[in-house]
This record gives sequence, structure tokens and C-alpha cells, in this order.
Amino acid sequence: MTTTEQKPDWEEVQASPDFVLLRRRLRRFVFPMAGLFLVWYLLYVLLADYAPGFMSTRLFGNINIGLVFGLLQFVSTFVITMLYVRHANKNLDPVAEKIRNEVESRGEEK
Amino acid sequence: MNLAQGSIGGNTGLNIGIFLVFVAITLVVVFRASKNTKTAADYYAGGHAFTGPQNGIAISGDYLSAASFLGIAGAIALYGYDGFLYSIGFLVAWLVALLLVAELLRNTGKYTMGDVLAFRMRQRPVRAAAATSTLVVSFFYLLAQMAAAGLLVALLLGVTDKGGQAVVITIVGLLMITYVLIGGMKGTTWVQIIKAALLITGAAVITVWVLTKYGLNLSGLLGAAADAHPKGDQILNPGLQYGTDGTSKLNFLSLGLALVLGTAGLPHILMRFYTVPTAKEARRSVVWAIWLIGIFYLFTLVLGFGAAAIVGRDKIAKADPGGNAAAPMLADALGGSFLLGIISAIAFATILAVVAGLTITASASFAHDIYANIIKKGEVDDKDAEVRVARRTAVVIGILAIGGGIAANGQNVAFLVALAFAVAASANLPTILYSLFWKRFNTSGALWSIYGGLIVCVGLIVFSPAVSGNSKAMFPGADFDWFPLSNPGIVSIPVSFLLGWIGTVLSKEHDQKKYAEMEVRSLTGIGAEKAVGH
Repeated sequence: MTTTEQKPDWEEVQASPDFVLLRRRLRRFVFPMAGLFLVWYLLYVLLADYAPGFMSTRLFGNINIGLVFGLLQFVSTFVITMLYVRHANKNLDPVAEKIRNEVESRGEEK
Repeated sequence: MNLAQGSIGGNTGLNIGIFLVFVAITLVVVFRASKNTKTAADYYAGGHAFTGPQNGIAISGDYLSAASFLGIAGAIALYGYDGFLYSIGFLVAWLVALLLVAELLRNTGKYTMGDVLAFRMRQRPVRAAAATSTLVVSFFYLLAQMAAAGLLVALLLGVTDKGGQAVVITIVGLLMITYVLIGGMKGTTWVQIIKAALLITGAAVITVWVLTKYGLNLSGLLGAAADAHPKGDQILNPGLQYGTDGTSKLNFLSLGLALVLGTAGLPHILMRFYTVPTAKEARRSVVWAIWLIGIFYLFTLVLGFGAAAIVGRDKIAKADPGGNAAAPMLADALGGSFLLGIISAIAFATILAVVAGLTITASASFAHDIYANIIKKGEVDDKDAEVRVARRTAVVIGILAIGGGIAANGQNVAFLVALAFAVAASANLPTILYSLFWKRFNTSGALWSIYGGLIVCVGLIVFSPAVSGNSKAMFPGADFDWFPLSNPGIVSIPVSFLLGWIGTVLSKEHDQKKYAEMEVRSLTGIGAEKAVGH
């Protein structure tokens, strides 16, 4: 993709401690989180689909459990988004940048 | 969404006038963008030069189609809570894009989904497969939007005869071709940004207006909607639309699955991640998109119940049995013909922007994957040739969309959109995820998953009640609906994941070196980020 690039040894980079750390930090966050929000969403869909009586329970005024549950899906989406951005900025970006700088400067020295 | 029964009036001249102002402004913007659209990177990806926030607004512009604006507000007005369920699936789906797809995709590809798959697999077969599913999804989505244009003119301009509607569909198609040809991705992105700003502002104004009427009390609004609705309190509870029997419940579950998994496989959404320079900007764009789309769907909740309370279910259903008139009629009831004119113009702008985005995606996939990399085997001598082919393809797709839109006029629009989501979730998403995360995945697995998912999904739709066997079907006279659900996702998505796995283990192909390169590049952005400085 770049013109200056000598072919780095990708397998060596892949095996380096920094990269292993980066991959572990990414996967340990996104896989459980993806599982969590999918289960949470499916729970909501299944309840709305198969337990309408429960979802219709009034909490206050005309607000029922179904509406609150639905709005909580919005809240959880916003919260997961913010958590991920914080995680990525703090724990992923610095490591990725370090690896990138190392590999790209090595390419130019050759 | 069936054919509209009648116009909802308003001042036709005013509606058209406001729409023409939008067209004029966007054309100027597109012309200005065209001055520096020269290379393939400019044409396909706006030179990778948009910022995260700009792209995030453009993504919401691409995503909030007429189906979600008019359709969801209408579904809430007619069926209450069940309409709300739609918007939740559409929103939560963005987490798949944020966590699993956007950044890694940005780092491993250049312009299309085919780029990502071709990274470590046999170029020609996987590009052909990726281009096929991209074209199928884009085409169904295009048909839905064009059919919606026909429906909208019937509703808003009182053009009820098929000939008049065909003229309007043609005009929309020609405008879209103009945008895409002149402005490329850069121009199209600016059209999306302008449209998204108008749409979200318009919805916000009506939302505040409605809420003010009920003393900023959501519970009061819901009560008024329930009082005005023939089904009363039932509209506040789930089940009015989908809870009638076991099949309709399963159908809803299936739809919910396709919505949440389809978004991150929609080619025109995937392509937007390439318009930014880095993975970090791709992340920022998704974050912006999630906030804007989420807030917009909260507005539609108020719009839908507001329309039910202020306009009334029966009047909305009389104008259009599908409920698409709810938001425009609410605007009319609140702000008279001026607000109706603005909302109508925004609805047209929405269709125009979304079809432009789809056309550029489909033409990029054909020119980049099929022409440059399959026919020319990656060795296009003339640098401009690929862009020239993309532009010609855009014209062809535009003409096909006009023809298809005229033919599909009067078809069920929501069904076509749901179909596009189901195909995207079945044919695209499994392959993208396997390709990014599974070391062992290979060409054979990709082909099994894409073609298998595509065939199973489209096949089940052909034999579903949406196509035959009842009065609402596409062919009401015929009867071959042996598959009971009109949403195939619950079967076709797991099948596609399974086929991808079977196809992979059946083949010995495994390129350890290429996978190492792809994984390192996808997580670190080596190469992809630096290329920007050149």
C-alpha cells in the first residue's frame, strides 16, 4: 500500500509480545461485549414477542415495562459505545501506534 | 405499505418549490466537490479525506432511509408499540459495526467489501462472489427506495395515475445519476450530510412541538394516543401487529435477527468506512452515527404516537394503509402547509440521497471488483479506465433502478427493505466476520457462505407468503408459499454461518503468512494509515 515499505516479516510482528497484547485486549473486550448486547437484545425481543403480558405491566402513568425496557436498549447502546471508545483510546490505540511506528520505521531503515 | 389510497393535500406548488431549493443547493455542492474528483480514491472514497464526524452524519444520512423515517413513524401510529420494536433493532445493530467491523475493515480494504475478502483468499472467485451479493443487496434496496418515491408522490403531490408516478420516479433516477456522475463519493457524501441535517432537524422540531402540546409529558402523550386509537390501551403494549399467532411471533423474531445482523453487512454502509483516513476516524464516525440514529429513533417514537393522538389512526390509514402518511400528516396538522412542504421535501431528499449512495456502491463494486480485478486481473493500464467504467456502470444501474422502480411501484416497500437486510445478514456478515477473526477461514468457506446464504435467503423469500398465496402477496394469484415466514433470517443466517464453516474445513487451503499480514494490518493500521500522507 505504501511506496516506502519494505515487506516486514508479518509473522514475526504477529508473534511479538506487543501484538499479542493488542489482540488480547481487543478480543477480550469486543467478544464478551458483543455477546452481552446480543443476548440483551434477544431477551428484549423474546419478551416483547412471547411475554406481552409482562411487558404491558404499568409502572407509572401510561409508562409500562415494555417501554422502559425498549428505552433501556437505547441506553445500553449508548453506554456500550462510550465504554468501547474509552477502552480503545486508552488501551488499544497506544499499543497499535507503537507497533505501527516500529514496523514502519524498520521498513524505512532497510 | 400498499399503494396509497389518496393524497393528503397540502400545497403542491410549495412542496415542489422547497424540494427544488434542496436540489439546487445540493447540485452546487456536488459541482464544487467534482473539481477535485479525479482518481479512483476520490471517486470511490472521497479521497479518504472526510473526518469522523462528517462521515458519521453522512452514515446516518445513508441509513435513515424513507422506510425508517416514514415507515417507522407510520408503524407506531398504526400499531403503537410494535412499530417501536423496529427502531430498536435498527439501532442496536450499530454495535456490531462498531465493535466488530468498522475499524478492521477500514484497515484491510480500500474501496469495497471484496477488498477485505480478497486480502488472503483467491482474488477472482471471492471478488466475484462479493460483487454478486453487493449488487443483489443494492438492487433490492434501490427498488425499495424507488418504489417509495412513487408512493410518496401519490401521497404528497396527489399524482395518483401510474404514468405520472413513473415520470417522478424517472426524475428521481436522473437526478441521482447526475449526483453520482458529477460528484462521485465526495459529492454524494455532502448530499448525505445536508440531508441528514435537514431530516434530523425537521424531526426534532416536530418532536418538541408535539411534546410541548402535552406539557412535555410523555405519559400524557401516550394516554392521548391511546384514547384516540380504536384499540385503546393496546397500542401501548407489544403484540398488536406481531402477536396474533405463533407464525407471526416467529416472523417477528426472524425479522429482529435480520435487522440486528444485517446492518453491518449492508454494502453502502460498509463502503462509507473507507471515506475516512484512519481506523480511529472510522470509530468516531460510527460513534457519531449511533448517537444521531439513536436520537432520531427516539424522535420517531414521539412522531408516531403524536400522529396517532393528533391526526388519528383512521385518517392516517385512509391516506395510506401502510401508515407512511403519518409523519407528513402530523406536520400538516401542526404547522400547516408550510411545515408539510418542508417535511415532504425532506422525504424526497431522503430518497434521493439514499439511492445515490446505493448507486455509487454498486458501481464501485462492479468497476473495482469485477472490471479492474477480475476482467483486467488487477492490471488496468490506464489509471482513469476504472473510474470511467464505474461512471458508466452508475448510469446503467441508474437506468435499471428507474425501470425496476416503475415496475415495483405499488409493491410492498417494507418487504423489499427487509429483504435487503436479510440478504445482507445472510450473504455478507458471516463472511466478513470469519474473514476478520478466523485464522482457518479460506476461499472455499467464503464462497459457500456467500453463495449459500444468498441462495437460501432469496429461495426462502420466493417460497414465502410475501410472494404468493394470499391477497397481499406479490403474486396473489399464484400459490407456492410452503415456507411460512416472510422473513427468512432465522433460517438463512445460521445456515450461512454453518456453510462458511463446512466450506472452510472441506478445503485444505490455508495461507498462514497472508493471515499474519492481514491480522497485523487490521489491528494496527500499518500501511492503511500511512498511505494517507502520500
